[in-house]
Amino acid sequence: MTDEPLLRVAALSKFYGSRVGCDNVSFDLWPGEVLAVVGESGSGKTTLLNCLSTRLLPSSGTASYRMRDGQFRELYRMSEAERRFLMRTDWGFVHQNPADGLRMTVSAGANVGERLMAVGDRHYGKIRATAVDWLSRVEIDEDRIDDEPRAFSGGMRQRLQIARNLVTGPRLVFMDEPTGGLDVSVQARLLDLLRGLVTDLGLAAIVVTHDLAVARLLSQRMMVMKDGRVVESGLTDRVLDDPRAPYTQLLVSSILQV
Amino acid sequence: MTDIATYNFAYLDEQTKRMIRRAILKGIAIPGYQVPFASREMPMPYGWGTGGVQVTASIIGPDDVLKVIDQGADDTTNAVSIRAFFRKVANVAVTTDTATATIIQTRHRIPEHPLTAGQVLVFQVPIPEPLRFLEPRETETRKMHALEEYGLMHVKLYEDIAKHGRIATTYAYPVKVEGRYVMDPSPTPKFDNPKMHRSPALQLFGAGREKRIYAVPPFTDVVSLDFEDHPFEVQTFDQPCALCAAENVYLDEVILDDHGGHMFVCSDTDHCEKRRADGHRGHLAPETHTVPGTHPASEKMEPAQ
Repeated sequence: MTDEPLLRVAALSKFYGSRVGCDNVSFDLWPGEVLAVVGESGSGKTTLLNCLSTRLLPSSGTASYRMRDGQFRELYRMSEAERRFLMRTDWGFVHQNPADGLRMTVSAGANVGERLMAVGDRHYGKIRATAVDWLSRVEIDEDRIDDEPRAFSGGMRQRLQIARNLVTGPRLVFMDEPTGGLDVSVQARLLDLLRGLVTDLGLAAIVVTHDLAVARLLSQRMMVMKDGRVVESGLTDRVLDDPRAPYTQLLVSSILQV
Repeated sequence: MTDIATYNFAYLDEQTKRMIRRAILKGIAIPGYQVPFASREMPMPYGWGTGGVQVTASIIGPDDVLKVIDQGADDTTNAVSIRAFFRKVANVAVTTDTATATIIQTRHRIPEHPLTAGQVLVFQVPIPEPLRFLEPRETETRKMHALEEYGLMHVKLYEDIAKHGRIATTYAYPVKVEGRYVMDPSPTPKFDNPKMHRSPALQLFGAGREKRIYAVPPFTDVVSLDFEDHPFEVQTFDQPCALCAAENVYLDEVILDDHGGHMFVCSDTDHCEKRRADGHRGHLAPETHTVPGTHPASEKMEPAQ
């Protein structure tokens, strides 16, 4: 870990008219750290994620990101061209529904290669070799490289989406319910894979989930949100084993024991 | 002259022509950029060259000599009708001879005879947006052009190679203009792409239904997109034209009978006729008594009345 955070968020708020999306959220994210944002539906976690990934502009507050040259840049003051460039090189965004993050009508190989071509790679053989490598890293057989994601199962699509995002070696990945909609055995494999990739690549990640087990497995730190506000934050194990805020206590005690 | 008095010169009213000329000038100033314009209803259906006709109508003057080709041919319905249209509404001289024409309106070909400075080539364009079938949202494609995000264009070429082992796109092959905008050269065969590169003629593109005009000024770089290990290449033909024995030209396949008989002939009819008039003979050329040196095409020059 270096002595400077990767992302600094200060007093971030987003209002939809008079309704609160998220209110006064502040935190620092460090390189290689996985932060989970948990809370029930409508608690503002997806709004927060969309603001951080500049897919939405916040009503007030700031977020600065440490670029590869070590300089902090204020995200909401960057030009759209810079933000989009950041989005497809240094960042990744894993959607809950893979169809939102993939091009469903082009092959798996092209899905993985798109980011490479977007940053100027013009050698077919190299792009294809990289795609093959990444497909194997996310446990997709090489002979599926020319199939369209439409022919893939939900779990495979999600893994393909992850490969597509990681191919440019991003430093920060946003994930919105990455295991939502998958059955438990597929979830377990995906979590295992994600945990391995995050550790191997030293990725920082912000994972939005309503599933506390996902948060426990993936994240070092977590924030609990309720009605747009952060009610509790701390080390994941501490928050889950010794919840202090009444709402967190309710959330933790609501987990079904089987 | 009385029979054309009901029309303004070249059919369009002067305000419309000014509007289109402004769009053309903007297009020339930003090579390859699609300029929106207020496309008018023309007395022909969309898809028959309404964009090209409006561009031609806006730039044509009484001294111009117009040539119109459709897939390279001067004698197909579309070409004949548009030529007749401008003869009627602008009373200009028309020709089939590439060299003497000052304005050449074309559907899907660039003439084989090299164009010269001062000539204007007007393309009829069905879909001006090269990214259309990759990204359906116009708001998004405009942003991609503005931010020069053209990775997606290579995704299409990647898919071609993955599926067919080579770049299988043969027409409407995307080009980069002056190192900036990616442009659809209209559905011309990619055989014609190299002719656009640093052409001395002005090239204008009109899309009537889509309401876009774009331009490639003379001597502008037009580079076909490709991969380092799969470079751009044009179609090649393993036999010469059956009528005029021309090589290194674009050929059309013509079916001769119901028994599989076919021949390959020049798609550019003017080029083919000239070569035959000069005495070139393909293996299927009929016997004629044309004296070499007299160009039948030049006899087709119809002066203004």
